[in-house]
Amino acid sequence: MSTTLRLFLGIFAVLGFASSVALILRRTVARGQPHAVIDNLIARINAWWVMVALVALAFVFGKGGVIVLFALLSLLALREFVTLTYTRRSDHLALALAFYLVLPMQYALIWIEWYGMYSIFIPVYGFLFLPIISALRADTTRFLGRIAAVQWALMLAVFCLSHVPALVTLQIPGFEGREILLIAFLVIVVQSSDVLQYIWGKLFGKHKVAPALSPSKTWEGLVGGVLSSTLLGASLWWITPFTPLQAAGIAFSINLMGFFGGLVMSAIKRDHGVKDWGHLIAGHGGVLDRLDSVLFSAPVFFHIVRYGFTP
Amino acid sequence: MLDTLARTTMLTAAHLLTGVRGIAASPLPDRPCVFYGNHVSHGDFALIWAVLPPAMRARTRPVAGADYWEKGPLRRYVGRKVVRAVLIEREREKRSEDPIAQMSSVIAGGEGLIIFPEGTRNQTDEILLPFKSGLYHLGKAHRDLPLVPAWIDNLHRVLPKGELIPIPLLCTVHFGAAITVGEGEDKDAFLARARDALLAQRPAHIVEAS
Repeated sequence: MSTTLRLFLGIFAVLGFASSVALILRRTVARGQPHAVIDNLIARINAWWVMVALVALAFVFGKGGVIVLFALLSLLALREFVTLTYTRRSDHLALALAFYLVLPMQYALIWIEWYGMYSIFIPVYGFLFLPIISALRADTTRFLGRIAAVQWALMLAVFCLSHVPALVTLQIPGFEGREILLIAFLVIVVQSSDVLQYIWGKLFGKHKVAPALSPSKTWEGLVGGVLSSTLLGASLWWITPFTPLQAAGIAFSINLMGFFGGLVMSAIKRDHGVKDWGHLIAGHGGVLDRLDSVLFSAPVFFHIVRYGFTP
Repeated sequence: MLDTLARTTMLTAAHLLTGVRGIAASPLPDRPCVFYGNHVSHGDFALIWAVLPPAMRARTRPVAGADYWEKGPLRRYVGRKVVRAVLIEREREKRSEDPIAQMSSVIAGGEGLIIFPEGTRNQTDEILLPFKSGLYHLGKAHRDLPLVPAWIDNLHRVLPKGELIPIPLLCTVHFGAAITVGEGEDKDAFLARARDALLAQRPAHIVEAS
């Protein structure tokens, strides 16, 4: 049986277990009555089934599949981010270019594996040219804030996220043909860190890390979640080109990035007076609510692997 | 058949582009009513339509300017067949029918309406233009007709005035509690109350930011 197949069977087993626990909780604790926490838990787990199924489907199609999946996620994430930020009529052309030119171009560059260009296309060329287009409309109201919001939207929703499918382009000696498993490692470790922080926080959480930013993040959740998902990362070394110790170290780094990513994204949401980025994923909120930690960890993970494991 | 297909395509496009969601502060009336909203784009009625329950959508017709929808065969087809718009002449001199009478006969026939009391698309920096008096006359002619405020949020950013390419941004339609014209309530007082009821549906984070 291939590594990928074993991995997905494992994930489906974990989800099956989670769904069983949730159903038992609904029978025993909620007794069939509406119950905010348990209903939300069930909605979250159901959404996980859908999300895992989508990723599995993308994996079947290999490099093209993951590029299309993440390009679509970028589109949804960009829409959520831009929706929340302040832009004016004068930014319309810059925004249209962001959606219809910059986003497809970034993923096309990853498809043709032009590392030198996809790592600077948005940070340099998007950064320089989109403000020019907004400036030509001669509307200076809150100008810096507007162009910064467009650039941030592209950096997060497109640039950072595109580093997930870019992982399949890395050529690691002795790991040929299995690059897609790097995506599985990144996503499983970071997402399970979110889930484990949630569980540890719900069970033992007392001391809040940043009450002004996020009422649900506690020290107990943070330490328990990050440590247990670091262990999970170490135990997944067999799907990676890493040794168990390396896998643990890398998992720890991306978990920390993921945690701080969630914090930054919470700060932006708070600033705009909303709780969630959107409503696409029942129980979770928007696409950005689910991906915030992945956005911050993906480029770091990409560079660790690129500089540490490719010749 | 073709009309239904065109209608489904239009509603699907509205959903895909804007991810539109309807948020009702209180349950929508279960009988034909008049939805009155802010008017920023030709797509406004489509968003209200898109979030109405299908049974209600089938019995709710947008009121639109004849000058726009009578121009050219495509618009005429869409306006009459796909949208089933109640077309009214906006310029008083050109009128052969009284708009209030036109709308009243639709109401009398058991159907509801979507109207935009600003009278024209708002292309200014004002949040909401002053209301024309049609809403008052309609409400006065049908005292028990529920008038439901529907604030359409964010659509002006999807396709601002003078732009050609719509961009995908999330939109919401916020429905308020229905109002009716009060006994002895005069036109100005009612229109001010109706306008306030619509403004009250603007989402809080937008109000703070502006």
